[in-house]
Amino acid sequence: MAYPVGMKSSIEKVELTRKNRLHSECPRMAPDEKAVLLKGFHPDFKDGDKLKLRCGVNKGERVPKVMAEYIEAPSRLDLASVDLSQADYKTDVLVIGGGGGGATAALTASENGADVLIATKLRLGDSNTIMAEGGIGAATYPEDSPVIHYIDTMVGGRFKNIPEVVEALVHDAPGIVSWLSGLGVNFDRKADGSYFAHMPAGHSAKRSHSIKDITGLEIMRALCDEVRNRQISVLEFSPAVELILDEEGRCAGAVLEDLDIGKKIVVEAGAVIMATGGMGRLHPNGFPTSNHYGATADGIVMASRAGAKLLYMEYVQYHPTGVAWPEQMLGLLLSEALRAQGAEVVNSDGEAFVNRLETRDALAAAILRECGQREKGAVTPTGVAGVWLDTPMIDLKCGPGTFLKRFAGIDHRFKKYGIDPSKEPLLVYPTQHYQNGGVKINVNGETNIPYLYMAGEVSGGVHGHNRLGSNSLQDIFVFGRRSGSHAAEFYRKSPAKKMVLNHVQAHTEELDALGLVTDKTSPLLLPDYKFEKALVSAQYSTDIGEAQ
Amino acid sequence: MKAVEIKKIPIYVMGKKFEVPEELTILKALEYSGFDIKRGCGCRGGVCGACATVYRRKGEYKINTGLACQTVIEPEINLVQLPFVSTRKSLIAIREVEPESLDIVKAYPELMRCMGCNTCTKSCPVDLKVMDYVSAVIRGDLAEVVELSIDCVMCGMCASRCPAELTPFNIALFVRRVYGMHMLPESEQLRSRLQEIEDGIYTEELTKLKTMLNDDMQARFLELQANKGASI
Repeated sequence: MAYPVGMKSSIEKVELTRKNRLHSECPRMAPDEKAVLLKGFHPDFKDGDKLKLRCGVNKGERVPKVMAEYIEAPSRLDLASVDLSQADYKTDVLVIGGGGGGATAALTASENGADVLIATKLRLGDSNTIMAEGGIGAATYPEDSPVIHYIDTMVGGRFKNIPEVVEALVHDAPGIVSWLSGLGVNFDRKADGSYFAHMPAGHSAKRSHSIKDITGLEIMRALCDEVRNRQISVLEFSPAVELILDEEGRCAGAVLEDLDIGKKIVVEAGAVIMATGGMGRLHPNGFPTSNHYGATADGIVMASRAGAKLLYMEYVQYHPTGVAWPEQMLGLLLSEALRAQGAEVVNSDGEAFVNRLETRDALAAAILRECGQREKGAVTPTGVAGVWLDTPMIDLKCGPGTFLKRFAGIDHRFKKYGIDPSKEPLLVYPTQHYQNGGVKINVNGETNIPYLYMAGEVSGGVHGHNRLGSNSLQDIFVFGRRSGSHAAEFYRKSPAKKMVLNHVQAHTEELDALGLVTDKTSPLLLPDYKFEKALVSAQYSTDIGEAQ
Repeated sequence: MKAVEIKKIPIYVMGKKFEVPEELTILKALEYSGFDIKRGCGCRGGVCGACATVYRRKGEYKINTGLACQTVIEPEINLVQLPFVSTRKSLIAIREVEPESLDIVKAYPELMRCMGCNTCTKSCPVDLKVMDYVSAVIRGDLAEVVELSIDCVMCGMCASRCPAELTPFNIALFVRRVYGMHMLPESEQLRSRLQEIEDGIYTEELTKLKTMLNDDMQARFLELQANKGASI
């Protein structure tokens, strides 16, 4: 497929300026300059895409429009079809979600003696974790410390993070690297056996530990294997559709839906840990997404309905470097490690317009400004504008062969389309990447609902308004471990007197009383890309054009 | 945005004909055709191995393999989704394995059935040299196995095509975990950091930071940024 003729002239301009750019870095933005840029161009600051919730305990909370549509929709569960007096499964700890956070919570709860059941929508391991390319953040280098990690995380989060939760994150992080190594994860090492780490944007030290460009894949494979070896029960293709409470409003289990045969499954649990991930596949603001197929914010919908408090749901992370060409890869992520390794971001004239190591929010806003107001984006035949990630700089800066060695997966995926990223730049455009907020947690992953925990992207507070690269892989393990061990100790020991779904009934009644009518039900479970909706790229570029 | 004219081509899904826009991936072509996809789709980015597919090109006898999210359709391509491959996995506790005396054949006796036909390598959708790493397993060269198999997406295609009924991807995962757990050196650097944390040497400063004014923390951050070294 390679690059079409129309895009070649812009590539030539990038090549012409490359030599000079090798020896000069675009200056970092001053805090004021960054604030103005974000206000003007970051989608988080556009009022049009946000709505205040009109129902439930989170009434008044601002959330992305699409998120509101699903929170304010009636349940997909027909209450008449469930018999709560007959539990199909009884377990100490139910883990909802089979990604990195869920697998970690399950392993930890199991290690601590609890009987564990994992229920997951797709296969065990299907998650954003498996897609994580860059690395996992932990202060393991002598010149680094948990203190510096704390400062970086708070500044990146615009000081909105919950301090105690960040303290837990940076404190546990080095131990997580050790724990994963103990599970047989083959982290990149230096010749002397110490860990290789790089410095992602917004960090002040090298602390992102990677396994080539397949960090998440290597970790997820090991976690799944360990879950299987420990013979923890797993129900695949069985997503949760509603939480079950007791009459005092404490969590008591969940109703699952068997995706193959449609049957409803009642699970009675002493504690529930939700690790259901984020909302990428709802496509907030009409953006493409780097998220996996199942990222439909089910956990947010269910937990909110059950009375869990949300925090910072309106803040969505757009990763600055999503793929804009080839069309087949639109929205897929290009790791931040590419920039850490030396690739610069340049416009259609080959000019560097932003420092390659600005935080994700600022870099995404700068790219949107370049492609929008400044009209310096290179345009593809399908009408998507993007800027160049100048990947050939990596071999020029670090020596021939570096790109292939560090980024074999990226190399492989692009070569299928006739593009050699070690010699040609890659066209990028921001892609929805992460839900910064979620259900509010404390240091144990507990929510305001007794016996209900959250781990990972579904939770809110760890990252404030904006997450730093490499902190989410760390987040899922730290709070997977913390929630898993806490739940294993403090789960409900005597069965709930009565399991109820009164909150779901109340939700329906509230929607009726408010006159909120929709053709949707929720949680969504899987996005609908059937028929014309399969041609999503054209759809997005139209939406984005209108949004701007 | 100007409307892009869509040229359609015929494809066959399990023998049934559909007309879909050219240049779609197999996954998107199935979606455009109206299939409700529950199994056989995961990350949509070529790393999770959920969408292993076999297909035949027009007029060819050869069965090709690929990931549906990564492979672009061709006119009159014949598609079959392969959403699940049944395999056996050894449950040997990896922590208790002693790599020096490791007998992988005990865990996976079918290894000795390998006849070196190279079908596994030819069927790998991410172009791994599967047969080479299977040979390395038999030789006991664990480092080589890690090197050759690290990009495995666990789609199961090698196992589904192997005439000797090996499950190369499970064997490689077993070896990689043994290697990572027992043969990578312990990092002195990490060990001493963990000791410092256990000794609580950061506790006081972290406690102070939790109540520090934002402006003061911003100033410390700028100082750190000014003094930081290269990113790699």
